[in-house]
Amino acid sequence: MDGIHDLGGKQGFGRVRYSLKAQTFHEPWEKRVNALFLLAVKLGIFNMDEYRHAIERMEPRHYLSASYYERTLTSLATLCVEKGIVTQEELERRAQGSFPLSAPSAPGRSNAAERERFQPGDRVRVRVDHVPGHVRMPGYIRGKTGVVVSESPAYPFPDAHAHGVKAADEPTYDVRFRAEELWPNSADPALVHVGVFQSYLERVR
Amino acid sequence: MSGGAVPPPLRANRCAAPGFRSSILARSIVEVTRMPDQSHERQPTASVQQRVAAIEAAFDERGMKPGEFIEEFKQLAEEKWIPENGARVVAKAWTDPAFRQRLLANGRDAVGELGLSMPAHHRHLVVLENTPTLQNVICCTLCSCTAISIIGLPPDWYKDLEYRARVVRQSRTVLKEMGLDLPPEIEIRVWDTTADTRYMVLPVQPQGTLGWSEAELTKLVTRDSLIGVARL
Repeated sequence: MDGIHDLGGKQGFGRVRYSLKAQTFHEPWEKRVNALFLLAVKLGIFNMDEYRHAIERMEPRHYLSASYYERTLTSLATLCVEKGIVTQEELERRAQGSFPLSAPSAPGRSNAAERERFQPGDRVRVRVDHVPGHVRMPGYIRGKTGVVVSESPAYPFPDAHAHGVKAADEPTYDVRFRAEELWPNSADPALVHVGVFQSYLERVR
Repeated sequence: MSGGAVPPPLRANRCAAPGFRSSILARSIVEVTRMPDQSHERQPTASVQQRVAAIEAAFDERGMKPGEFIEEFKQLAEEKWIPENGARVVAKAWTDPAFRQRLLANGRDAVGELGLSMPAHHRHLVVLENTPTLQNVICCTLCSCTAISIIGLPPDWYKDLEYRARVVRQSRTVLKEMGLDLPPEIEIRVWDTTADTRYMVLPVQPQGTLGWSEAELTKLVTRDSLIGVARL
């Protein structure tokens, strides 16, 4: 989905809130919720792609205003409700207040019908796909051309894995783009490498 | 699911104790009979602490032992998933050319030689070698993916909106704002962690440290240099 989470290249954001001794956690509840989400994954209640997608499905206003760990919390609660572990009513009763969840999921998809094996040096184009469900193609590479640098081991196909759709595992390709081609006349010159699933790619002939 | 996190996932229904579903049903019947219909009233949003406590209590009631796992996680986060792991890898690569070659060829296997492991779904570790004219920097524009067992859990700014939005498009500007003002002859490569392949940066060994022991070198390597927003 072309969601608010797909931030790469979005303009208008200010300086990175950077400090040398930056922490991972700031409050005790953050560690607890991180642990609870990992416990749910360990118990097989949901997988990492479902987890990521349930964050992406947060109402955009909520996504942008929530802290990182509030997004973790919202995804965890949404999936536990969707999987029948607990009801939203029970959560709200226990929390003594409303408990906002993510929007419902749209259908996923299986691997592309035609997939090609690529070699380092091959020129590839990212397919112009718009999908309603989970996808790991950042919008800034859609339709763009790059060069294959290497191939990874096969992974579960996220567009399927986040939706319980059957699919074959497939490799990702490390594809090298030029920032100046991704955002013509509007980027600092650099090479941008993206791990791109095979189903998202087609050969440039 | 074949791509789950550590340790290996169990089947979904394993979390359900006998009578699990019927107990949910029984509880919801009790709720319906006890509670007035509040569906038209909009309550204020519960605090994040109350919401986390609600899930934890629900897990606890279902026999999922959240308290034990939270303690286990705290130990992992504080003692196991720490940047000192990556620092050891770097120091070894600086002092052992054969290891360096193995690390660049297959990061996952090579870090295993140092007793370091990665979650099962991180199937590939790509080590990005800096040179005097090349700076690699990693990010995750879609969420917050990181080689947590090597670099450590990512710092707050790495997961924040600004870094995710800007570093792929304004890399040199962002690095400069973060204190790394690179001369124009140093090329920048940004690596966006969009799949479950993980990355770590191998910094250039600082001048004047040849002959130092691995232990001494390990202390020089910072988390931010493993992410690539700092040079040593």
